[in-house]
Amino acid sequence: MAEISEIICVTCPKGCVLKVKHEDKEILEVLDGCKRGEDYALCELQDPRRMVASTVKVRGGLHPLVPVYTRQAFPKPLIPQLAQELRQVEVPAPVKINQVVLADALGTGVDIVTSRDMPERNTSSL
Amino acid sequence: MKQNYDVIIIGSGPGGLAAAIAAKENGADDVLIIERDVELGGILVQCIHNGFGLELFNEDMPGPTYAQHFIEKAKGHGVKTLMDTMVLHITPDRKIYVINKDRGYITLQARAIVLAMGCRERTRAQILLPGARPAGVYTAGTAQRFVNVEGYMPGEKFVILGSGDIGMIMARRLTIEGARVERVLEIMPFLTGLTRNYVQCLLDYGITLQKQRTVNRIIGNDRVEAIEAVSVDENWHPIPGTNELIPCDSLLLSVGLIPENELSKQAGVLLDPVTNGPYVDDRFMTNVPGIFAAGNVVHVYDLVDWVTEAGYVAGKGAAQFAKRQAVDTGDQVPLSAGENIRYVVPHKLDKNRLAEDLVRLQMRVTTPIEKRVLVTVEDQNGEVVTKQAEAYARPGEILTLAIKPKAYDSIQKATSLTVNLRER
Ligand SMILES: Cc1cc2nc3c(=O)[nH]c(=O)nc-3n(C[C@H](O)[C@H](O)[C@H](O)COP(=O)(O)OP(=O)(O)OC[C@H]3O[C@@H](n4cnc5c(N)ncnc54)[C@H](O)[C@@H]3O)c2cc1C
Ligand code: SF4
Repeated sequence: MAEISEIICVTCPKGCVLKVKHEDKEILEVLDGCKRGEDYALCELQDPRRMVASTVKVRGGLHPLVPVYTRQAFPKPLIPQLAQELRQVEVPAPVKINQVVLADALGTGVDIVTSRDMPERNTSSL
Repeated sequence: MKQNYDVIIIGSGPGGLAAAIAAKENGADDVLIIERDVELGGILVQCIHNGFGLELFNEDMPGPTYAQHFIEKAKGHGVKTLMDTMVLHITPDRKIYVINKDRGYITLQARAIVLAMGCRERTRAQILLPGARPAGVYTAGTAQRFVNVEGYMPGEKFVILGSGDIGMIMARRLTIEGARVERVLEIMPFLTGLTRNYVQCLLDYGITLQKQRTVNRIIGNDRVEAIEAVSVDENWHPIPGTNELIPCDSLLLSVGLIPENELSKQAGVLLDPVTNGPYVDDRFMTNVPGIFAAGNVVHVYDLVDWVTEAGYVAGKGAAQFAKRQAVDTGDQVPLSAGENIRYVVPHKLDKNRLAEDLVRLQMRVTTPIEKRVLVTVEDQNGEVVTKQAEAYARPGEILTLAIKPKAYDSIQKATSLTVNLRER
């Protein structure tokens, strides 16, 4: 049975509300958007992904945490599980930017990497 | 320690870092950044989410990565830094009084200053929130620093007041860290942050946003126990019978940012009552010769990329001023906000500037228009100097318009310029 879902496209700042006519995960028609909106709608229906940012613990760092993020967009349904996983991770200072703290997270093939350097405490490297 | 500098920059956020880099690249010899924090980067240090650098790098970076790029560049250029140091006072003749744990109270002299102190958050007192005064009421940015940098969770069950970007980003962040966000309340009839954040921070996590609704009362003795929400009419008056008690242990306020200009005022810098930032010309120089301003200190930006760009312009201007190369500012034409425009920056335009470069105007509109609109820059006779079509206009998004060098001739005849936005 075909149904119509509303999806807000965030590909560009305009944020069109797309009316997507689809049968399960097959798109029949997309109203009120441009071509990039159609691609977005397809992704959202079949494999929604997001960039995820969080923090992990650092031992002996300038701050007790270092920020991390998913190197590529990560499957949306697995985000809560990823957050739990990251709470178990701890790395020793000093940390370098782009350092992998969790490889192939939850078997998705996506690495979790640091988004900055984290020097050791008491050594002012900045 | 050295006391005289060509250019001193106050604040090391993206605005200050870009100004320092540009000052070096434009011939300033001694460039110093003074920062009260223990590390460089400003607010970006706590903005761990993605969404930075889309305009300048066409890349989607987390805030700290964006900052590190410019920190490394500034260091590579030989910019000096004075960390963990608070600027207490500045004078119109560009003396800077600072306090620092190791060196005590010191006085520095700059040939040019760039103000890059960023902004601060509106607090409970400024929005006159009634009710008890228990613990558990935070500004969203303070909570962001706790969670992302210092590693504390400020509560378990939250209500967020304000649909600005920081509030929405914190709603998602707290949810990822295991807290519950019961509600986001917005007093305006429209979203005040970016649509992207509404989708990725609220919709994705099933967090409810209610518009034209606000906090009527805070309940709790030692700690917040609940808040009472209420709907409001167009004049922000509570509508009787719409009250709802929402149990929670924390209330986050995301109710606006104000440019940080205590220092600027001491130096005689005049502030625009609409932006709360200095009046600036197209080089971001304030009314005080040699004192420039860049970033959120001028007006609150939504995208960091434009802050960086403003920093470059201000830093270049400061270097030229310090080196006595600045062209005289005699031939400036004032720019003002017209129909549907709340403010426009810069406030003045050097008529000759277009011979070198384009000039970017940035503005905010008064009300949302979800239709095709035309932005025009008109002279005193209503003659259109430049125009730009937009698919829509929203108060939450800064609108950017470039005046290109081809408008040089029409600008020469102008004695004043007004920016208007009308439906097409
Ligand atoms: C929470 C939040 C989320 C954001 N999210 C995004 C986003 O997703 N994408 C995007 O593009 N933009 C985003 N922005 C906007 C962008 O990051 C900011 O506009 C930008 O960082 C402002 O830079 P700035 O240099 O003007 O100020 P800041 O980064 O605030 O730097 C000001 C610096 O000045 C220092 N300072 C102030 N007073 C003194 C003094 N008296 N003495 C010494 N030092 C002083 C402060 O310590 C601070 O380090 C966000 C902003 C915030 C606040
Ligand atoms: S549909 Fe096209 S125009 Fe609309 S938000 Fe998506 S990319 Fe932008």
